[in-house]
Amino acid sequence: MNSTIATAGNAGPKVRSDCEITLQLKNRSGIKIELASKVAALYGKSIKEQCIEILSFFNIRNADLRINDSGALPFVIAARLEAAILKLVNTELEYLPEFIKENRYCSTAGRCRFSRLYLPGNTPAMMINAGLHSAHGIILDLEDSVAPEKKDEARILVRNALRQVNFYGAERMVRINQGERGIADLRMLIPHNVNLVVVPKCENPGQVRIIENEISAVRKRNRIRNPVFLMPVIESALGVENSFDIARASENIVAMAIGLEDYTADIGVQRTIEGKESFFARSRLVVAARAAGTQPIDSVFSDVGDIEGLKQNVTLSKAMGFEGMGCIHPRQISVINEGFAPDKEEIQKATRIAAAFEEARKNGLSVVSLGTKMIDPPVVARAQKIIDLAVKLGRLSPNWMEEIPAEGNE
Amino acid sequence: MAIKTVINAAGRRVPLKINGQPAIPFKGVGKHRPEGTKHSPPVPTCNDFPSDGNKVVTSLEEALHRCGLASGMTISTHHHLRDGDLVSNRIFEIASAMGVKDLVWFPSASFPCNEPLIRYLDNGTINRIEGSMNGPLGRYVSEGRMKGTAVLRSHGGRVQAIQDGEVKIDIAVLVAPSADSFGNARGTGGPSACGVLGYAKADSMYAGKVIVVTDNLVEIPCFPLEIEGNYVDYVVVTDKIGIPEKIVSGTTQITKSPDRLLIAELTALFLEKSGILRDGVTIQAGAGGTSLAIAVFLQEIMKRKGWTAKLGFGGSTKYMVSMLEEGQMNYILDAQAFDLDAVRSVEKNPKHVPYPVFNAYNYHSKGNLTSMMDIMILGATEIDLNFNGNVVTHSDGYLLHGIGGWQNCLHARNVIIPVPLFRDRIPVIVDEVTTLCGPGELIDVVITERGIAVNPLRKDLIRSLKGSGLPLKTIAELKEEAEKICGKPQKPIFEEDIVAAVKWVDGTVIDVIRKIKQG
Repeated sequence: MNSTIATAGNAGPKVRSDCEITLQLKNRSGIKIELASKVAALYGKSIKEQCIEILSFFNIRNADLRINDSGALPFVIAARLEAAILKLVNTELEYLPEFIKENRYCSTAGRCRFSRLYLPGNTPAMMINAGLHSAHGIILDLEDSVAPEKKDEARILVRNALRQVNFYGAERMVRINQGERGIADLRMLIPHNVNLVVVPKCENPGQVRIIENEISAVRKRNRIRNPVFLMPVIESALGVENSFDIARASENIVAMAIGLEDYTADIGVQRTIEGKESFFARSRLVVAARAAGTQPIDSVFSDVGDIEGLKQNVTLSKAMGFEGMGCIHPRQISVINEGFAPDKEEIQKATRIAAAFEEARKNGLSVVSLGTKMIDPPVVARAQKIIDLAVKLGRLSPNWMEEIPAEGNE
Repeated sequence: MAIKTVINAAGRRVPLKINGQPAIPFKGVGKHRPEGTKHSPPVPTCNDFPSDGNKVVTSLEEALHRCGLASGMTISTHHHLRDGDLVSNRIFEIASAMGVKDLVWFPSASFPCNEPLIRYLDNGTINRIEGSMNGPLGRYVSEGRMKGTAVLRSHGGRVQAIQDGEVKIDIAVLVAPSADSFGNARGTGGPSACGVLGYAKADSMYAGKVIVVTDNLVEIPCFPLEIEGNYVDYVVVTDKIGIPEKIVSGTTQITKSPDRLLIAELTALFLEKSGILRDGVTIQAGAGGTSLAIAVFLQEIMKRKGWTAKLGFGGSTKYMVSMLEEGQMNYILDAQAFDLDAVRSVEKNPKHVPYPVFNAYNYHSKGNLTSMMDIMILGATEIDLNFNGNVVTHSDGYLLHGIGGWQNCLHARNVIIPVPLFRDRIPVIVDEVTTLCGPGELIDVVITERGIAVNPLRKDLIRSLKGSGLPLKTIAELKEEAEKICGKPQKPIFEEDIVAAVKWVDGTVIDVIRKIKQG
């Protein structure tokens, strides 16, 4: 580390809620801060005070700091400055902003994962309100959405976001990088209440085990009690072939997803809206995930403007057995949540089946019929699944059996 | 010499004189009673006008000459050509060349295209602007560079000031997309169609002299007329009064921001659950991206329920036109058309009717339209803990927007302000507004992406929302949430000098804007 000048963050006419910080280490004359900010009149003083505090935390007494700010929140400013410092100074220190109490929640293996919103890990403007859109999960992405030269600063930003941004109960997910970089991601981020790690481009169970081991080590070291779940993403032909073994690679795997952009590239075909080219892979993944007792999750739908297309995609996806999809824009969330949830008709039918079965059971019968259709145990099991889901989503009262209205009413 | 100031009923320190004229401090909502008679311009005679009705003169310069343009006069214009206006700046270019000084420009609004006027403010042609100022002109005022004190009025306050004689217009220069040689004029037709001329009526009636400027001279009668030729002194025909694509947006667009859409959706849900939205409702919403999205969500609900709004008051947009055409709205009364669909609609649909702000917004009138509106969707740069609103300055103290019809619209039955809790890092909900434009007692609901605050004065609304499942919070909770995320902001620092006065709808002074302390 011979250089004395480093820059981190983003600036430009289209950049919002971010800042670019250039730090130059000096030998004397103290800290000098040059601030250009649209919020200087309101926060100029506090921005400078914050920067001085951080510099002093890292024992930097002499430096010139240039800040080009477009309304960055304090957690962003802190991340950008720390990133610039780490480019110049070799240190184990981490400047951790307060961990807000709203972020302490933990997740459960069986929770709904219909929608998970991808957030590029180096774009703070998209993080701040992300939790408001009712996605079941928020993925802070360090992998494909972050440019290689920005990977280190994104990791710091994501860490600060995990501590400071309220995600309003969404499952807190992080998509890590592949290989060594992914291990570094885990070391920095796992201590900050990550609920689930998305493992990209998974091709064999060994990859999962390496990550699993690293997470265990970090959890032990930091005495973390909240579980950290795993969601491998299958994105290649080899991954599809190994999907069952991958799904069983760790007991912390709660879901397995397919990534069709990379998969179609791998098998050398175009991705289409109908998705015939990926039908086998998707089906295979559903079966593998089910066999391993985890949730099968579908790929993202990449045309943000085509809400009708998304709806059809969700319908097909649900019919194939998937239990959720990735979202690349908040507009997709409600469509996906609505699409994967059982609708009124399904719930009504399921409760009728379950009620009829219960009635028959009381009378000592094991096969009953509803209308002209025979109801046998698998039909009842499916109905029960829908009922459980409807209760979990708050669409059906847990005491529905007692409250069930007379036939013909809703 | 320091001007005497007092604390007005809203707790703001205001001067007793503005630009040498006595000013009345704000006394409270509905407390000030006007006295006397309306202003009357001099009595004209037909003797002075050609009997063939042809009032066309060769140029704007000649018309201004004939009107006796002289130093110290008040020149009014309207803003229907918006950012595409090619005439307003020309007036002062001519005046400057004539050596005229200390004019008062009295526009119904100004736009970025008026930035070149800074030159004529600098060289003394213009003493001050009494009207809305955005962007560069606002900055110019805030930095204390304008000679006179700016006076900000709402659209309704502007016509009230004209009617009451508080502002005496010497010459009104009214651009018109279509006009005949007698001076009858309308907002439709021609290359510069803007749809409606709702802001020009009072000017035409009360100004000493009236010049109509058009690039589309039509045969008599120019019908349906919005400006009556009997009020007009001269007609000027020029090549081009405006740049069409800057007059109306080709198409207004609902917001694409997921956060704003969320606010819009929450607003529609609030209106539905509170029972404010119902069959026969009256609605006014603006042309901002969030308002447009609200209109779309409202239309969906009304379609589903088979409801129809009794009337909507424009600024009209294609979304309002869609409600009219698809049966969710019976009438559009319209003071300005914002996009091409709206312009087309007002031209051909008899249920889409031009309606001057003079009739809609004037507080010194025998009632007006705004108090009859059930749903009023408005914006704000800041709302404070007492629900007071600011629309003219930003939290950094700079004057950046006009009042528009905002103050007038506060008299609606339900005033709803959908705003983000913070913009970038700047909180919208604050301890105390930087500039007071509207008293909190008139603002009923603030809807943010992080919760809805109902004014505690609206006990009825609070009751009707019990068990609605909506995210209700107090305004203080919202403010704390904003500060928790953004940090507590410093206050901007001002000097003593008053650079602008903000009038209330009754002509009293509700607040002032002071010069920004530089550096």
